[in-house]
Amino acid sequence: MSSLLRHHGLPISEAMAFGLASALSFAYVPFVRINGMPLVSYRMPPRAIIRGLARSLGLDIRFETFRSPSAGMERLDALLDSGRLVGLQTSVYWLPYFPPDLRFHFNAHNLLVYGRERDEYLISDPVAEMTVRCARADLARARFAKGVLAPKGLLYFLTTPPAAPDWVRLGRRALARTARIMLAPLPLIGVHGMKLLARQIERLPLADGGEHARLYIGNIVRMQEEIGTGGGGFRFLYASFLQELAAKTGYAALDGLASRLVEIGDRWREFALAAARMIRGRDALSPPALAERLRALAADERLFFQSLHRAQRAWAR
Amino acid sequence: MRERDVPQEGNRTLAGHRKGVYAIADDGKLRFVPSRGWEVEEIVTRQAVEDLERRAMQARARALAGESSPLEYHMYRARMDLELLSQVTGLWRWRVRRHLKPAGFARLTPALKLRYAEALGISSEALDRVD
Repeated sequence: MSSLLRHHGLPISEAMAFGLASALSFAYVPFVRINGMPLVSYRMPPRAIIRGLARSLGLDIRFETFRSPSAGMERLDALLDSGRLVGLQTSVYWLPYFPPDLRFHFNAHNLLVYGRERDEYLISDPVAEMTVRCARADLARARFAKGVLAPKGLLYFLTTPPAAPDWVRLGRRALARTARIMLAPLPLIGVHGMKLLARQIERLPLADGGEHARLYIGNIVRMQEEIGTGGGGFRFLYASFLQELAAKTGYAALDGLASRLVEIGDRWREFALAAARMIRGRDALSPPALAERLRALAADERLFFQSLHRAQRAWAR
Repeated sequence: MRERDVPQEGNRTLAGHRKGVYAIADDGKLRFVPSRGWEVEEIVTRQAVEDLERRAMQARARALAGESSPLEYHMYRARMDLELLSQVTGLWRWRVRRHLKPAGFARLTPALKLRYAEALGISSEALDRVD
């Protein structure tokens, strides 16, 4: 997303784009299952992130989905030929350039297409350090994969160039939104979602020798570290946003908050490490111990987002 | 996390790719630091992959013993499960479940077979085989 904006003349970092979109979150959604495991997410869904960014920056972004793959591919070709950069939502399973071990049926992956050469598309993908190429048939499959969070060929592009942003106003609004989501009085979202997940972990049955329990906690860690850019379930990325915003606006309180969030991110990493050690059998499997860590994290994040909320309100205009 | 603490443990599931982590540099600022991988990630990724591979191998043994259809093996090999295969093909779950049994599979029409094969990204003939 940030590369899409940079292309249109707005220099913005990945962290800034993430923060302004109020993308940080936590959600535990037991009724959406991917490969039999409940959805655990450390950020908003991609479409919400893009929309959030569009709203805060006043961008005009068009989203299009398609019924048929051929219509979707033709539209992509037409947009590329008119010189546009196009964002796509895809499945990762059908992308051949993905490392084989990471190719799961995960449908909410986003990438950027910047051109095409004959039957190949030129792609900038956050997973690869350099740009990659992808054959037409493979890309069509990935765009029209079915199942949970099916992309339906979703593509998006900017219709007007972005204007110079007012960082203070945007920053305040983005912080308020994130604090509201994380402290929302809903059971599945934010701090409450973490507590609920902790309770579920505690109740994991161990009768089968812990096999299911190991897969369950492994899934949580994968969502945190494998999907999460920058590690620690996006907490480091958001901390980087806070630092950048502090530097841009001169509001020093955000620097202190950033350091606190880095510490919380470190504790998420410790949670992941403890879980991995149990999965490998280096430590005895103990779901209650992990649940305890998760509860401590929920308490820390609660305090943190309350401070963030106060800092946002105290931010004099 | 400090910049020097960023793990460079060589996660083989990344297949040589690197991914970035935000870490604190000496000046106190967070910076994007490329990482060769963290063992924790490798453990959880391999765990998920191995679970799918194990299910595929068990299905393969069942198919060879005639207790289950080749479709079950191909389903797990494509890292799918009953739910996903049903969504991808647009068939009811109970129908897919029936086709996972040898008797149900034997009655598949060529059109349905093609539908499964396309959903799994293999050819119709490959669907019959367990290799």
